[in-house]
Amino acid sequence: MKKYLKPGVFILSSIPFLIISYKIFLNKLGPEPVKEITHFTGEWTLIFICLTLSMSPLKRFTKLTVWISFRRTLGLFVFFYATLHLLTYVGLDYRFSWSPILDDVVKKKYIFIGFAAWLLLLPLAITSSQKMVLLLKNNWKKLHRLIYLIAIFGSLHYIWLSKTIFFRPLVYLIIILVLLALRIKIKNRNINYG
Amino acid sequence: MKKFKYSEITPEEIYKNRRSFIKSIGLGASSLAISTIPFSNKSFANDRDKLTSYKDITTYNNYYEFGTSKSDPYRNSQIFKTTPWEISIEGEVEKPIKLSMEEISEMFVSEERIYRLRCVEGWSMVIPWMGFSLSELLSKVNPTNKAKFVEFESVYDPAQMKGQRYPVLNWPYNEGLRIDEAMHPLTTVVTGLYGKKLPNQNGAPFRIFIPWKYGFKSAKAIVKIKFVENMPTSSWMWASPREYGFYSNVNPNVDHPRWSQATERIIGEGVWAPRVKTLMFNGYGDEVASLYTGMDLKKYF
Repeated sequence: MKKYLKPGVFILSSIPFLIISYKIFLNKLGPEPVKEITHFTGEWTLIFICLTLSMSPLKRFTKLTVWISFRRTLGLFVFFYATLHLLTYVGLDYRFSWSPILDDVVKKKYIFIGFAAWLLLLPLAITSSQKMVLLLKNNWKKLHRLIYLIAIFGSLHYIWLSKTIFFRPLVYLIIILVLLALRIKIKNRNINYG
Repeated sequence: MKKFKYSEITPEEIYKNRRSFIKSIGLGASSLAISTIPFSNKSFANDRDKLTSYKDITTYNNYYEFGTSKSDPYRNSQIFKTTPWEISIEGEVEKPIKLSMEEISEMFVSEERIYRLRCVEGWSMVIPWMGFSLSELLSKVNPTNKAKFVEFESVYDPAQMKGQRYPVLNWPYNEGLRIDEAMHPLTTVVTGLYGKKLPNQNGAPFRIFIPWKYGFKSAKAIVKIKFVENMPTSSWMWASPREYGFYSNVNPNVDHPRWSQATERIIGEGVWAPRVKTLMFNGYGDEVASLYTGMDLKKYF
């Protein structure tokens, strides 16, 4: 039973990708398809960030270690959807015309912070293998705490691009803050326990 | 006046054939690669003037009174009551008047007016409106010499307009024009589209359309037109003065703080179509540029 869990998580995590591919090739994205793809991949990146951050609190509350074994897969899907999101913007929307893109990165704070978040994801994706964990030892853990910063950047990216309604982006920010706050508690307890 | 007739526009059939030809070259990456070659972009050049489909025009709307998502106005406006409807023209005028929609449609003859709509969010449509120049209506009242601006107030009816139950904008929706902009022949009172009665989600029964300005300037479901001495503060200026100016002329050289205005996406063009360059005054510069001679359009955005 247990050996099917990880492949199961992988298959479930690919479903959004299959949905968007299906919609692209059967032209089911409505009047502004590029915007749809951008929003879809962006939102799924945030959802996977939340899922990744949920694993260690879940382990704590359920006292099951199995959750931790999903973390790497979920984390790599964060990178996968974030990269699709970035490629949609850079390639599909702006056709790799670098001058307007650079202009956006410099002038628009939501693009700046979104791009920064993707850059911060790079070292995490590169060092995701078991080999790297062994190689980097304690530094690996420190490095991978970058996900906390990436999560906050991601939710700010969503808030800053919204026109007037902040409801949905605020929900993500709140979830992320709660998930981060749960960690502070864990730490404090560890300190109390010595 | 820059108008084009149905016959000058690429017919839907030819257009579809062209599209399927492009598709037949190969889906996905290959057509993406083709459209990045500058020459092949020419195949898209005419699409700029092609009429947007009735479906897209009537199901993809920004009309926050009926909800903030693009599909909300179509969904939530079908039971909206547009009769009886009265428009009051008042303020700095010698003789204020009130006109019913019936009186208005008897007094003025609507004609087909095909204009490009450019939304501040960076997309555009080409819409065959039915309507007449606002100046014809405004000439029925004599403005006093104090009148410098015209303010438009939309209906406030939270019982029927779901979106107005939330403080998304300061309701009722408010817009304004300088008097010479309001009197310009391109400034249109819209009564219909595609030869049909104006659908509720597009601003029925009485909306205006100003083709050289971003879409939000063209207020919908108007009940009051007021001549005033001072520049009115529009709903969007209230919401974010840094992002939305009073003039809001389409201008590829002045960016919105959150998105570039240099290019736009044409609605209905499909996923592989590239952005097109946005034109100064949305392509109506010959007609309207003279309204702004000597003005710094970066400052008065």
